[in-house]
Amino acid sequence: MTGASGPIPTAIGAIVLSVLALLLVYAGVERFSAFGVALLAAMALTATTWHWTNMGRAGVLPPLALGAVILLLWEVGTRAYAVPGIILPSVSAIAVRFVSSGDILWQDFLQTFVKGALSGYFIGCGVGFLVAVASDRLPFLQRGLLPVGNFLAAMPIIGTAPILVMWFGFDWQSKAAVVALMCFFPMLVNTVQGLRATEAMQRDLMRTYAASYTQALVKLRLPAAAPFVFNGLKICTTLALIGAIVAEFFGSPIVGMGFRISTEVGRLALDMVWAEIVVAALAGSAFYGVVTLLERAVTFWHPSQRRV
Amino acid sequence: MRTALSISLVLGVIYVLWMAAVPVMNIKWEVAQAQRAGVAAVIPETGIRTAGNWELLVANPGVIPGTYAQEKPRLPAPAQVFSELWDTTANKKITSKRSLIYHAQVTLSATLLGFGMGTLLGIVLAVGIVHMKVLDASVMPWAIASQTIPILAIAPMIIVVMNSVGITGLVPKAIISAYLSFFPVVVGMVKGLRSPDAMQLDLLRTYSAGPGQVFWKLRLPAALPFLFPSLKIGIAAALVGAIIAELPTGAQGGLGARLLAGSYYGQTIQIWSALFGAAIVAAMLVGAIGLLQSLLLRGMGMVR
Repeated sequence: MTGASGPIPTAIGAIVLSVLALLLVYAGVERFSAFGVALLAAMALTATTWHWTNMGRAGVLPPLALGAVILLLWEVGTRAYAVPGIILPSVSAIAVRFVSSGDILWQDFLQTFVKGALSGYFIGCGVGFLVAVASDRLPFLQRGLLPVGNFLAAMPIIGTAPILVMWFGFDWQSKAAVVALMCFFPMLVNTVQGLRATEAMQRDLMRTYAASYTQALVKLRLPAAAPFVFNGLKICTTLALIGAIVAEFFGSPIVGMGFRISTEVGRLALDMVWAEIVVAALAGSAFYGVVTLLERAVTFWHPSQRRV
Repeated sequence: MRTALSISLVLGVIYVLWMAAVPVMNIKWEVAQAQRAGVAAVIPETGIRTAGNWELLVANPGVIPGTYAQEKPRLPAPAQVFSELWDTTANKKITSKRSLIYHAQVTLSATLLGFGMGTLLGIVLAVGIVHMKVLDASVMPWAIASQTIPILAIAPMIIVVMNSVGITGLVPKAIISAYLSFFPVVVGMVKGLRSPDAMQLDLLRTYSAGPGQVFWKLRLPAALPFLFPSLKIGIAAALVGAIIAELPTGAQGGLGARLLAGSYYGQTIQIWSALFGAAIVAAMLVGAIGLLQSLLLRGMGMVR
């Protein structure tokens, strides 16, 4: 693990050990040796990642390496110890299911993510942002609406989901309503916080320029609030997907990720459940990634975006 | 005083809107009941199922009072919800299974334990991410991915696995709470720990401060204004986690169990009162964090 060995030999070692572990477990050799070799491979992979990041070549490699470590231990562990599929299916079983049910997964993705989560996300974040700006402009709203809004928004959505499904029907509209309700609160809190983030000196400068309220808002306070706003937007990306999926547990058409998960759990087809979880994780991470890229483009000036 | 006035005005507007919405939401069932009872009710020729709520409302003004007193309304009237809320908190013994306070306390203990675990994990992860390149590069994408996994799907798996290791009761629920609450803390804390700008970091370097001193004297104080909004979101998420955890376990006590029971038997008034109970608990928790925030930041001279 010292600088003398370098990342290339450990990387080769890690790959050889991983292949060996997989071969051992598929050949049905003694379980302890297979899992032990997998552990060694995981350690070698970690060491490689360590070297790689310390050399300044980060990129997508470290997260992939961590993922590979988890997947390797999962696959070899479940196979070697013959964990029953109804507790934890192996990685390969999930992968097979993922490929063979691509069509169903794609339909579920469209229904839950594109129709339910995305539309709810835009409504919830948009309204939250506008209410925050309005409450900043009107002290009356800030004094009256914010405490009430905080109270109402603190309602756990799991309870509003059955009510909203009852009101808006089984299709994606009720899911969008749940998601919008979930996204509203974080967005409101973060934007209000961000609009207070300017310093007295900066506000005084605007006053010496005789800037109107709108000018000060657009040129100083909104840009200063942007890091906080993006904080809220990022938190909402993950909330949106969870909200859409959870809402489907309370009633949905016969398509959608939440519907699929609840029915396949009932049929003990956990490989399908995990395939849906993979889709959810991929979609959510991509969504978060897009917002992060947007944040980098908008708040490039903020110290937290600085490349060290 | 003016705050109280503003709040009561907003509450008044909400009350009026709510009262106005009740007949619209509940009219269909009321008209159907009137028809079954043989009372004259005006129903469009196309039948009651396809009739619009407004249409029925305008045609049957006589049944409107009934919409405020249904047993299982689509939208209960405010008075129904609050009398149920009062009945289940003040008029029942705290140890009674019918007392909302008993259920709230069951959920609250899991929430607080989970919030503590999640906050600790979140802060430790954030400190690691800011100080170690390996963690920064490898952990964050997986923390995000972990949050996109629908908790309701893995909650039963967590509880079954924990049960097979012999851990039952509070801890599995707290783990699900922690799982939901650590993420906002990580995001806010990483952002906050990185918020000191180059000038401030350079200043500490000119003082020849070590990494520990930079952390305690600059990064940590600078992170607190970012940490507290995250903690508020985190504790609300922890409460949601504790409630969700009670759904698949067949829990006997807790606000989640109360919600589920209400949902099973169509007791909408019970759902709404449990919902308000949960919101009151959440408001108290968020308020406590807010109090801590203002005390701490004022003590540090950071409130502007």
